[in-house]
Amino acid sequence: MLEIKNLHVSIGERKILDGLTLTVGDGEIAAIMGPNGAGKSTLSYVIAGREGYDVSGGEVLLNGENILGLAPHERAAKGVFLAFQYPVEIPGVATMTFLKATLNAQRRARGEEELQTPDFMKRVNEAAARLGVAKEMLRRPLNSGFSGGEKKRMEILQMALLEPSLGILDETDSGLDIDALRVVSEGVNALRARDRSFLVITHYQRLLDYIKPDTVHVMARGRILRSGGAELALELEESGYKDYIVEAA
Amino acid sequence: MAALKETVETVESIDVDAYKYGFTTDIESEKAPKGLSEDIVRFISAKKDEPEWLTEWRLGAYRRWLTMSEPRWAKVNYPPIDYQDLYYYSAPKTSPGPKSLDEVDPELLRTYEKLGIPLREQEILAGVETRKVAVDAVFDSVSVATTFKEELAKAGVIFCPISEAVKTHPALVQKYLGSVVPVTDNFFATLNSAVFSDGSFVYVPPGVRCPMELSTYFRINEKNTGQFERTLIIADAGSYVSYLEGCTAPKRDENQLHAAIVELVALDDAEIKYSTVQNWYPGDGEGKGGIYNFVTKRGDCRGRNSHISWTQVETGSAITWKYPSCILRGDNSQGEFYSIAVSNGFQQVDSGSKMIHLGRNTKSRIISKGISAGRSQNTYRGQVSAHRKASGARNFTNCDSLLIGDKCGAHTVPYIESKNSSAQFEHEATTSKISQDQLFYAMQRGLSAEEATALIVNGFVRDVLQQLPMEFAVEAQKLISISLEGSVG
Ligand SMILES: Nc1ncnc2c1ncn2[C@@H]1O[C@H](COP(=O)(O)OP(=O)(O)OP(=O)(O)O)[C@@H](O)[C@H]1O
Ligand SMILES: [Mg+2]
Repeated sequence: MLEIKNLHVSIGERKILDGLTLTVGDGEIAAIMGPNGAGKSTLSYVIAGREGYDVSGGEVLLNGENILGLAPHERAAKGVFLAFQYPVEIPGVATMTFLKATLNAQRRARGEEELQTPDFMKRVNEAAARLGVAKEMLRRPLNSGFSGGEKKRMEILQMALLEPSLGILDETDSGLDIDALRVVSEGVNALRARDRSFLVITHYQRLLDYIKPDTVHVMARGRILRSGGAELALELEESGYKDYIVEAA
Repeated sequence: MAALKETVETVESIDVDAYKYGFTTDIESEKAPKGLSEDIVRFISAKKDEPEWLTEWRLGAYRRWLTMSEPRWAKVNYPPIDYQDLYYYSAPKTSPGPKSLDEVDPELLRTYEKLGIPLREQEILAGVETRKVAVDAVFDSVSVATTFKEELAKAGVIFCPISEAVKTHPALVQKYLGSVVPVTDNFFATLNSAVFSDGSFVYVPPGVRCPMELSTYFRINEKNTGQFERTLIIADAGSYVSYLEGCTAPKRDENQLHAAIVELVALDDAEIKYSTVQNWYPGDGEGKGGIYNFVTKRGDCRGRNSHISWTQVETGSAITWKYPSCILRGDNSQGEFYSIAVSNGFQQVDSGSKMIHLGRNTKSRIISKGISAGRSQNTYRGQVSAHRKASGARNFTNCDSLLIGDKCGAHTVPYIESKNSSAQFEHEATTSKISQDQLFYAMQRGLSAEEATALIVNGFVRDVLQQLPMEFAVEAQKLISISLEGSVG
């Protein structure tokens, strides 16, 4: 599904990703953990195609195709979805309008029929019910004045609608209360499929209690320093990152 | 949502240099000789078979105009206009006064079709009872198609070309013409008074709610034809009318002057809503050509509890100079101004509103959204004033500017003046740029840079779009996106 080979990224003079290599198989859930400032969000932005990064080397392959030359919306149409650590407010644009526009833009880009309103509404309402998003929220401008937790739920709602092949969750658990954490995790688990992979960025084991990762990767200083199974996360919970910070330095 | 899709499709299919409405219609026209003189004014008046008083009124305006000079205070630049190098009258050569659509030149109808103007006659005949819109289509200077006359007549509403009203309702015209925008008002208004070609006349009798939205589409077609439309709308006591004005113009290389006047009069308890979508040719990618739009629009809340609201979506013209205003004369009267002004390329917009509070407890509200892209300049210029007697006057003004790119400019010039200590005026203004975060977020979800921009802009102008009648809002959304084409990516 996703193969990142020797990726070097800097912002201005500053090197953020320093030869990062990572492979996520089809249907796999990979967790990435690492100290603040390790470059986790940068990695997710670079995969999604945000401007402003100088990619000086390496490849990002999605199903064998290097996507680094594609615009963000082209990557989205190929199935890349990023649930933002800090979702952006779009004043004046009703959430429902936004959802329909993006879903149909992706469908057009893939040469699929656009969804008509009744079909679309059905899907949105189902997903909203599953994720405990009130209908009233869908009429409000996207993310405007939403609480931190509401924004995160809305990200997962969008992911459920867009059905990506690669879902990147950047600290989706932060800001969620205990019930919301469970609901959101169930939402993600419901999307698990053989042809859909996830990159789950988190600081806490409690998310991984709900979303069981197949692999766990420790990232520090712009690289993956260690990879293992689910037990690695538990180990980190015990020991913290001090070994890795030293190791990388 | 359908609107967004259309927006996006239109955005994809059109670019600034390929102005969609840039075609011309091949119809012979009858012109007055170039230039302006007392003889030309008499010629125009004679062509229209006008009564003596009107000829004199025009001549008075012309003589006054000779003593005036063009205003220079607006933040717009353009080469001097040679007023002797323009035609002041042209009319399409069709049989005079067509009785129905069948009598209208088919070439003209095809033009309207290309423009997508809904001459809804067929729908109504087929029994499609959607919201009815009467179209008084103005082609160049003479009204050629007027529909829905009968239904309006039943309600007692008069809706006809002003040239016709001069003959059929002379007393009304004489009473109200120039009563809101005096002949001496300003350079362009005085010029219009001398040479006005045609326009719409509306009178809604006391207590009548006009049974449909009234609509006029203007087009500028003749080469070098100055356009001097004149519209007069009177809402008598307790009546209501909503009027839609929409404009598109064919592509021309030379700049074209347009100096219209719109006068609104609302008597006791009457309400007038006036909505405009303006989409004239803005000039090409290099800033060549385009319409010069110098308009005087003013509403007089003459009666107690009267209410006038202006809503405008301005996307076209090379230069826009336009300040729809309300004179709040009647006690408890209300004035509103909702505006979206989009500028791109080399467009220059200087627009805003004036709210003149004269009566007691008068209220006004100004919501202005300016969007500048390309190398354009977009200025909001507003004036709110309270007269000595205007106790309890209140105004709320909100001006938001959105910049796309870094070569454009947005300016806000508010004048506030109060001679009554109980008046309360509030002014808010913001200027922002479309944020890269918003763009990236929307693109991450699948929208192209242009689609994302259109969506964010639509969000920015939502408060104002909501003021427009539904079908107009859809068109407005399309126009906004068309005019921002090429501003991103
Ligand atoms: N636009 C920028 N300009 C300069 N430095 C930046 C920029 N964006 C990120 N950085 C720096 O790059 C480093 C990695 O940031 P990033 O947000 O990717 O970390 P992270 O691993 O997601 O951290 P956290 O766990 O706190 O979310 C940080 O030191 C950050 O300050
Ligand atoms: Mg981060």
